[in-house]
Amino acid sequence: MKETGKYQPYNYFQLMEVSLRELLVEKGIVTEAQVAATVEDMRNRTPERGARVVAHAWSDPEFKRKLLADGTRACEELGLDVPALRLVAVENTPAVHNMIVCTLCSCYPRMLLGIPPDWYKSRNYRSRAVREPRAVLAEFGLDLPDEMKIRVHDSTADMRYLVLPMRPAGTEGWSEQQLAAIVSRDCMIGVAVPRIA
Amino acid sequence: MAASELSARFRPGERVRVRKVYPLGHIRTPFYIRGRSGVVERLCGAFGNPEELAQMRSGEPKQPLYRVRFLQTEVWPGYRGNPEDALEVEIFQHWLE
Repeated sequence: MKETGKYQPYNYFQLMEVSLRELLVEKGIVTEAQVAATVEDMRNRTPERGARVVAHAWSDPEFKRKLLADGTRACEELGLDVPALRLVAVENTPAVHNMIVCTLCSCYPRMLLGIPPDWYKSRNYRSRAVREPRAVLAEFGLDLPDEMKIRVHDSTADMRYLVLPMRPAGTEGWSEQQLAAIVSRDCMIGVAVPRIA
Repeated sequence: MAASELSARFRPGERVRVRKVYPLGHIRTPFYIRGRSGVVERLCGAFGNPEELAQMRSGEPKQPLYRVRFLQTEVWPGYRGNPEDALEVEIFQHWLE
């Protein structure tokens, strides 16, 4: 958006945010510095974190085994804090494709993927992903063969999900950095698969 | 007081049915899965009951939480796709029978 320098009044939600924040600071419940640090921390969580986990799992079979057994602990090993909520990694294979949705709201592995995309929170995706996953995936440009089973994971409670995509052929000998570069956010939600450019 | 939790009544592989009831309040069991049968995929642990937590209560005793696997063809009449396509949903124990 172009900065016009014109005065724009706060909208309802901005006003609520400012009022609540100022009250909390005034009452000594939080400090401005804590609010700023938390916002900064949220901004720093990007899908690159998840891609690092995937690339490491592709490169280290022992780590992959741990990730599938206990996602939270495996991520801690990489120095990634996955607080309170448990991470379940689900593995794509030639026989099974996984995709993630939260039909009730917008539960999302924010600790690894950051802020969810708008479509993930849309009523359209949330209602159709569980009802007609193949049609939804086709709209994302992913046509899966009928023989491949689709498993849709509805994040209804305390678990959070990460799809571990299949490592594409032709990436033998790649470094973890090279591998991480082809793992997009959508691959880890399960609406895309990694491809070599 | 130490946190209390209920012991798990179901095992992985066991067939379960989601209760078909419609209480009011903050419920984490989607409407579409109520009354459907599936198989316990895993026990996730015990977690505060969200229906209690939403009322600002303690959420205790903690409820065992399961991931239950449902066949799409058993959830949606006329589902088109691989007959083994599945849906996995987290369901708290008090919603299972």
